[in-house]
Amino acid sequence: MTLLALRDLTVRRGTCPVVDHVSLTVDEGEFVGLIGPNGAGKTTLLRGALGLLPSLGQSSLLALAPKARARAAAFLPQGREIAWPVSVETVVALGRAPHLGQGTEAVDRALTRMGLEPYRDRKATELSGGEQARVLIARALAQEAPLLLADEPVAGLDPEAQLRTMEVFADLAAEGRGVVASIHDLGLAARACTRLVLLHRGQVVADGPPRQVLSESNLADVFGVRGFHAETPDGPVFQPMGVLR
Amino acid sequence: MKVLLSLLLLVLLLFAASLLVGPAGLGVGDSLAALFRGEGDAVVLVMREIRLPRALLGAMVGAVLGLSGAAMQGYLRNPLAEPGIIGISSSSALGAVLALQTGAAAMFPLALPLSALSGAGIAVLLILALAGPRGGAMALILAGIAISALAGALTSLVLNLSSNPFAAMEIVFWMMGSLADRSMQHVWLAAPFMVAGSALLLAMGRPLDALTLGEDAAASMGVNLTRLRWQLVIGTALAVGASVAVAGAVGFVGLVVPHLVRPLMGARPSRVLPASMLGGACMVLAADVAVRIVAPDQDLKLGVLTALIGAPFFLHLIWRLRGAEA
Repeated sequence: MTLLALRDLTVRRGTCPVVDHVSLTVDEGEFVGLIGPNGAGKTTLLRGALGLLPSLGQSSLLALAPKARARAAAFLPQGREIAWPVSVETVVALGRAPHLGQGTEAVDRALTRMGLEPYRDRKATELSGGEQARVLIARALAQEAPLLLADEPVAGLDPEAQLRTMEVFADLAAEGRGVVASIHDLGLAARACTRLVLLHRGQVVADGPPRQVLSESNLADVFGVRGFHAETPDGPVFQPMGVLR
Repeated sequence: MKVLLSLLLLVLLLFAASLLVGPAGLGVGDSLAALFRGEGDAVVLVMREIRLPRALLGAMVGAVLGLSGAAMQGYLRNPLAEPGIIGISSSSALGAVLALQTGAAAMFPLALPLSALSGAGIAVLLILALAGPRGGAMALILAGIAISALAGALTSLVLNLSSNPFAAMEIVFWMMGSLADRSMQHVWLAAPFMVAGSALLLAMGRPLDALTLGEDAAASMGVNLTRLRWQLVIGTALAVGASVAVAGAVGFVGLVVPHLVRPLMGARPSRVLPASMLGGACMVLAADVAVRIVAPDQDLKLGVLTALIGAPFFLHLIWRLRGAEA
């Protein structure tokens, strides 16, 4: 089943289209990595799709009323904000707001998935930046929506937390949900995502399996780098190797 | 729950204290009995017409100031916010000052509170015009600061041009904030606005919790931010506008009380709201009892005392914040 369908989605800042006629569908079981250089429009695409920015064109999520949308898609914003010194459990439980606060098991599941059980009663604001990021991911997981849109979920996490987060997202996809995550670490994206969407100047320039999207020409044209691919017993490995421009 | 019950108990105790303290020097049993007894008696008159409205207004004014302070801090996600920040207090003060200056207040007792309420209403319209029907917290703060500054300047202008020194004096004293010599008429005038405003503000609990994670996260969880903002502005205008109308400018309550109760409520905005309401009532009742005990013959103004307590407390906050950041 299709969880997200964008058709000609365009978001303008002034007259300049930051997202330019993007068409995209995300189905159940897909873990889509949204990649592209800084300013490619990744964040704007996610926010536009959710109706957090005014947009032209169509997004299947915009057809829903706000409450229904919150049950159809969870969103993890890039800005990591926890305004008050509330407990970790309280933050994660906020993810149940669209379900009128029902479902403490979902909170427990999210805490376990992100390895946060020992932190449950700690004040979220007293944790380190990376730990707070994991708490906020757990909040989005607790929403238990069919679709998860995450804006740079692994930026600033330690290697264990990065791998764990990518694993959790891959597991969600394997369970039949959909995940779209914007990611700068192409190596992580290549390993965990089922599909990559490459954005450049607001347009989708490539969309498909990671090996195919991270082609020599795409890397050179969009990122200005060359990379190294290998197949290992642990799965595919990709590493950017050098700057071209 | 325990905290709320303790606060409620404290409100009741302070309410009783407010009923029992005063220059008339009545006995405890006598005064309480007079509230429920028949007509005529001087004691009955003092209790029903002077002390009861004063105690009721103390609780009401404190409750709405504490509540709207908590709502403002929750919405702006800033512990330094207070109800005055969006310009409602200064606009209703300007309304009251105009009523005093023109002499309308002397001719018709309700002219002052009604004029203050109109000031609050005009402030809401100005906020709508300046900040737009949509838009974020920043636009609201900037509009509020502009309105505050303008209302403050106009108030100064009225004082400046006032040819009557007695009127100027009256204005200055009124602006200090007080609950002395209020009648049940004031209670009945303020109550409906305060109840409506409080209902709007108390209903902000869950959305404010979601807003802890920022505007985008809250919106993606189904919070209607535009509606929330109007709930805040109109709720504050009704509650604080009515409070300024009957008590003048009582500062620092809305800023300080949410800070005091926040750690007791696990910092959750939805739980801080009712606790601040009760805490605000405690603070104003206590301060209003204190002004009567500290300087029984001097008519010490309530707002002066809350500022005297509030400012050092604020310094203490900064001190602690500095310690935490170092």
